[in-house]
Amino acid sequence: MLYRETGQFKRNYAADQQLFPIFQDKILLAIIVTVAVGVIPFIINDYWSKAILLPFMVYAFVALGLNILVGYCGQISLGTGGFMAVGAYSSYKIVTAFPEMNLILAIVLSGGCTAAVGVLFGLPSLRIKGFYLAVATLAAQFFLIWMFNKVPWFYNYEMSQITAPPREVFGVLVSGPQASPAAQYLFVLGFLAFFTWIALNLVRGRVGRAWMSIRDMDIAAELLGIKPLKTKLLAFAVSSFYIGIGGALIFHIWLGTVEATEAFDILQSFFVLFAIIIGGLGSVLGAYLGAAFMALMPVGLKVVLVDWIGMVPVTAKHIEFILVGSLIIFFLIKEPHGLARMWQITKEKLRLWPFPY
Amino acid sequence: MKLTKTTMALAAAGVIAGAAWAETAMADYDAYTVPNLVYRTGAYAPNGIPLANGFIDYFNMLNERDGGVEGIKVNVVECETGYNTKVSVECYENLKNEGQSGALVFNPHSTGVTYALIPKASEDKIPILSMGYGRTSAADGTVFPYIFNFPTTYWSQASAFIKYVGEKEGGMDKLKGKKIALVFHNSAYGKEPIKTLETLAGTYGFELMLLPVDHPGQEQKATWLQIRRGKPDWIFMWGWGVMNQVAIKEAAAIRFPMDKFIGVWWSGSENDVAPAGPAANGYLAGTMHAPGSDFQAIADIKKHVYAKGNGAGEEARIGEVLYNRGMLEAVFTAEAMRNAIKIHGTKDIRGEHVRDGFEAIDLSEADFERLGLKDFMKPIKITCENHEGNGPVAIQQWDASAGKWNIVSEWIEPMHDVVRKLVKEDSAAYAAENNITPRKCS
Amino acid sequence: MEFLHALLIQPFVDMVMEPAFFIETVTKGLMAGVLYSLVALGFVLIFKASGVFNFAQGVLALFAALTLTGLMEIMEPIGMPKALVVILAIAATIVVMVLLAIVIERLVLRPLVNQELIILFMATLGLSYVLEGAGDLLWGSDVKVLDIGLPTDVWDINGVFVEQLDVTAAVAAGSLVAVLAVFFTKTRIGRALRAVADDHQAALSVGISLQQIWVIVWSVAGIVALVAGIMWGSKSGVQFSLSLIALKALPVLILGGFTSIPGAIIGGLIIGLGEKVVEVFWYSVHGGAVENWFAFMLALVFLMFRPQGLFGDKIIERV
Repeated sequence: MLYRETGQFKRNYAADQQLFPIFQDKILLAIIVTVAVGVIPFIINDYWSKAILLPFMVYAFVALGLNILVGYCGQISLGTGGFMAVGAYSSYKIVTAFPEMNLILAIVLSGGCTAAVGVLFGLPSLRIKGFYLAVATLAAQFFLIWMFNKVPWFYNYEMSQITAPPREVFGVLVSGPQASPAAQYLFVLGFLAFFTWIALNLVRGRVGRAWMSIRDMDIAAELLGIKPLKTKLLAFAVSSFYIGIGGALIFHIWLGTVEATEAFDILQSFFVLFAIIIGGLGSVLGAYLGAAFMALMPVGLKVVLVDWIGMVPVTAKHIEFILVGSLIIFFLIKEPHGLARMWQITKEKLRLWPFPY
Repeated sequence: MKLTKTTMALAAAGVIAGAAWAETAMADYDAYTVPNLVYRTGAYAPNGIPLANGFIDYFNMLNERDGGVEGIKVNVVECETGYNTKVSVECYENLKNEGQSGALVFNPHSTGVTYALIPKASEDKIPILSMGYGRTSAADGTVFPYIFNFPTTYWSQASAFIKYVGEKEGGMDKLKGKKIALVFHNSAYGKEPIKTLETLAGTYGFELMLLPVDHPGQEQKATWLQIRRGKPDWIFMWGWGVMNQVAIKEAAAIRFPMDKFIGVWWSGSENDVAPAGPAANGYLAGTMHAPGSDFQAIADIKKHVYAKGNGAGEEARIGEVLYNRGMLEAVFTAEAMRNAIKIHGTKDIRGEHVRDGFEAIDLSEADFERLGLKDFMKPIKITCENHEGNGPVAIQQWDASAGKWNIVSEWIEPMHDVVRKLVKEDSAAYAAENNITPRKCS
Repeated sequence: MEFLHALLIQPFVDMVMEPAFFIETVTKGLMAGVLYSLVALGFVLIFKASGVFNFAQGVLALFAALTLTGLMEIMEPIGMPKALVVILAIAATIVVMVLLAIVIERLVLRPLVNQELIILFMATLGLSYVLEGAGDLLWGSDVKVLDIGLPTDVWDINGVFVEQLDVTAAVAAGSLVAVLAVFFTKTRIGRALRAVADDHQAALSVGISLQQIWVIVWSVAGIVALVAGIMWGSKSGVQFSLSLIALKALPVLILGGFTSIPGAIIGGLIIGLGEKVVEVFWYSVHGGAVENWFAFMLALVFLMFRPQGLFGDKIIERV
């Protein structure tokens, strides 16, 4: 009743191909945008920024990137942490070498660097498939982290821990300790919104369809005239571009200082892969939902167990581990296609509600 | 399906009910908040547990014996980080405004976390006590007004090790032509002493061999093959966690003389030597304080905390090296709070006041005796300019048959002139990169 | 020029000039490889029988070793002779691992039957969270000394040091493989396992119970994990880091192939040998700590020629 397309007619192709063809979706989007831009910046504080919103947004960004590779193109990668490190360290080199450069440009450039590295490590995907590829991408993970820890050039010959210098964007300080939470939040939100829009259009266009055909059956796709080399490497490039920007945002905005061996270790790779599988492979919404689940659930459980129930923090941590693990298994059993699929089913049901038959 | 769900929920509820115990979640109105970032889980938990226990036990003892600090109870709020920087940042933001006083001081307990909190805490005016770890150049109080890493930094400790080796070899001139291997955790922490050691290698003419070990360090055969081949005269180790235990075991397996193998003070606890058993006998490690439980303060902890069943750990493990270190952190924190109350003449103190309290720390032998810690460590004095305190370093040795650590050296004064110069260089670079104007101290 | 010399010439000169040291490096590399194989074996067993890429194998090893030390701590004060304590504790741990296999099959695998491989892989990651939390909760996070009376001394053979613990591990791995080989070829259950590995559907149609097979194979993997846990734990003490040894088994797996037991052994030996020789003899080129990524790079190079690993089943693709 509330949610249906009945009576919403499209009179031309442009109207039919818009991103949100259904009126109710537009309302929902408008509400989300209003809250995100009009409400949150005025009430945000350090805790909400650093502990909840920034982690959620940067992980959503990275998950979006990985989902392009895994969910849309079907190439499993466990090198995410390494690629995030490329983004972080290359943006550090760029902002320290060109102090006058706009931070937005610097971060986008670091995404470009990551894309190049991603293509390089994507080359084996032409021959190696499935779990063999997944494990082979760990070579990228371990090699890149080793390199950023080893070669002093990457961290300007100081300690291997890099610190984000304070930078302004359009006169507002966004990185460094003095930056206001609202500015940091809006900065990341801007990146996320813009690149989500790009991704949404990318995956439903020619490129996205080529990726999906490679995912579903690469030999058949090749027979249809889709070049596996070009298509797979493009997926690696775009995915790494997103992941690199995500890494740069983690470094500049969220944490302000990172050490390759700790901030971008292999657990990060698993974490993001977790997020997209829980959220839903091959779904932009899934990247958001999965990131929310993985980044926010531990915080939520901690609040419940420690602050509300009053459990000892260490016991709470153990139980949190057990609960997170159980919930992951539970969701996989309940809905192997992820939270995004659950949302879709809910929408289907809403369409018929309150008269399901 | 339904069954699975219900079983899980029941199991979860059961575990929660079994493990939960009532604790006042909200801070009392008139209590000081001292958060502690701890790791009782994860790869480094075996080291994190005694550190955390020593800290909380000391404050509980103060609360019981003296009614807290200057009559106001101290609420130690632990936050479990699992040695993870991202979780630590969440803990920091969550706890910095906790209670009436707000967080008075943070102990990050990891070099990585310390680096992450340095800019933030300086901005929030909350002092960070990274006792014997963290960023070494934070010893320069003019650039890092809120960071304290006394009694001694890694760089000072490395220079003290060299002095110890020189003494054992029969004079600093005998160092020429000697070979020293550094086995280090391949991270910012492990790489700390390299610059100092390289500088000193130039001065004294010894050869330095660098052997990184990747986290976690379960497998070190290649490292110890290198040592077999390079035949260093001495080995220094900057290790943490399982790396220490494996290294000591491997050293024993290649029959390296244990009394020429010195660990940093994070590589010298009971945990580290236990798996190697008798083979670890004679292993050396740096320290900033005495081991053992033969102190009045510890007797008080036993009497006021453990006798009432409120101890954080097992009573038998009081007096372990890392337990004492956790306690020492608490002692310094409490002293800084007392100083802050004295200096500002109010009991309504905040983080920035405690900062002043830290800078006024000046503990003599008599003061340590007053604190129930006679001969626990050497006198220490912090100033506005010098946050390192220039404390001396001692070398302790593991006695496997007795199962305890003994201090076997004099208290060694580090080479302050060398280290101070390196500190100044590094802090100046940091200040330039982050647009910090060093404050004037006099 | 100097770099090329250090890369291409010097290491080989060193190998020839220091033969005793080279032999020792090779021995230690092979010994390390055996330990990697032990972990990889568990992966292969489960992958072969159920197509599950079981990431929880490392945590299983930790959990088994924790249970063993925990049980020994409980039994020791009773005053039985040490050997009896060890045997009883090991037996009890095996029982625990079998029970665990039953629980895993019932709660995790059965509801997820016929799901995609990546979903099953994720489920084992979830499982590893649960086991980590449960292990810590039950037995605590301290370092526990594991002493079941294995020899810890060193043999000095003409200046080549050989650790007895390593030799024990090699013997254990060897006998384990022999036992598994007999089990797979001579017993009824073993033959059923192989049938399942070949073709699930065909196996079902001749009346083999998949669920039973899964319980058995997870139990066997649990026992292999126990052996791996004992070997690694005797060296470092039993602690959380033990769960990370799974990472050391991954390059072994892709090198040897996910489906081959001999592959796991030979892959382990190649990886162990390769990484030690490169770490030690090429030290002046890379400056150390390259073992982690080198193992993967080495496996990657092999994969470029054989995408299914050295001994893996050939991947046949049809449209």
